[in-house]
Amino acid sequence: MQDFNPSDNNKYFRKSEISAFPPSGGGVAAFTLHLADTNLILAQRNAEWCAHGPILEQDIAITNISLDLIGQARNFYQYAAQIINQSTDQFTNPATEDSLAYLRTEREFKNLLITELPNGDWAQTILRQFFYSVYQYGLYEQLQRGSDAQLAAIAEKSIKETTYHVKWSSEWVLRLGDGTDESNERMQKALQNTWAYTGEMFMPVDYEMATGIDFILLKDEWEKKVRTVLEEATLTYPGGTGNEKPIFMQTGGKTGVHTEHMGFILADLQYLQRTYPGANW
Amino acid sequence: MNISIRKFFYGDIPEESAGSNDNNANQNNPLRDGAVTWPLWEVFIRSKQGLDHKHAGSLHAADAAMAIENARDVYTRRQEGVSLWVVESKYIHASNPDDAESFYTPAEDKVYRHPGFYDLPDEVKHM
Repeated sequence: MQDFNPSDNNKYFRKSEISAFPPSGGGVAAFTLHLADTNLILAQRNAEWCAHGPILEQDIAITNISLDLIGQARNFYQYAAQIINQSTDQFTNPATEDSLAYLRTEREFKNLLITELPNGDWAQTILRQFFYSVYQYGLYEQLQRGSDAQLAAIAEKSIKETTYHVKWSSEWVLRLGDGTDESNERMQKALQNTWAYTGEMFMPVDYEMATGIDFILLKDEWEKKVRTVLEEATLTYPGGTGNEKPIFMQTGGKTGVHTEHMGFILADLQYLQRTYPGANW
Repeated sequence: MNISIRKFFYGDIPEESAGSNDNNANQNNPLRDGAVTWPLWEVFIRSKQGLDHKHAGSLHAADAAMAIENARDVYTRRQEGVSLWVVESKYIHASNPDDAESFYTPAEDKVYRHPGFYDLPDEVKHM
């Protein structure tokens, strides 16, 4: 990652300049940060499996996914930094991919809540990855055709990775759901723990209004795919037929209102740069 | 998750260790009660179009689909390949090291089996 000069940090990150919402750079910057943060936080969570995976090969698989997500996050952070720098005094306060990842506060992060949930067991990690990857696939499909050329390019590059994440995670959902009594039970429990955090993906906030994303289409495609896989995995699809009372969905991540887990993740992630500003390899 | 790995080597993989539901391996170890053994697979990678698949190593997986994906994650993440083969290790039959003398030593003094006694024209390339 790029170097950044520690003397810039305090100046750039004065509360008055970047509050939780919106950052300098307006809606596109906020939306790009939302994409970057979501990838980064899930990458950080998946990386917690490093050396703790259920089996060596799957340890490598989940950390590979983590690295894919970090790569995508970097692309988004670089673009966000570029937009922010264009709209602010870039000579004294340059934003960089590093400053955006390491030096923003909890309220400034715009990641989906589902990404910050604890890993739980393998079933929960797999299910979260599945929910997220299916959403991400639909999102990137739309971004590829979107009006923002840079976001379209990042989406086009990333969707190949996401295609694999969808394949890998859906096969695991099938394997565990339609596996032993215990694996099925654990998947069902993971569904209960995770489902209430899926709705946020499809509830646009202010900075998503001008993105041109069709959230209804995104939701329809997501539900169709998720329902197919869950039913094939002999799991109970929690969305039901659509006629009963809707399940309450947690929101807030997109606008910086996080679960109690978020502070701990950032403490882990940002400790080094906070303690030794500008520390480098 | 309670998974234990039982390592097999070529030629000594018993027939009953066929799949992911093998609990026999753990019968004598109460700590491993109910643990699952995933079979071993050999991985072959084609590094680019036109070349042969070459043996790259081995890994554990519950089935062929998982073995291919594990191979992709373990062996091709640094652009090592464009195609993968996997085969369950128990299907590979190896020559016995005890036979080495009768198998391979007799070839040592048969240099005439190499086509090395011809004069190649300069025009012939790639020989």
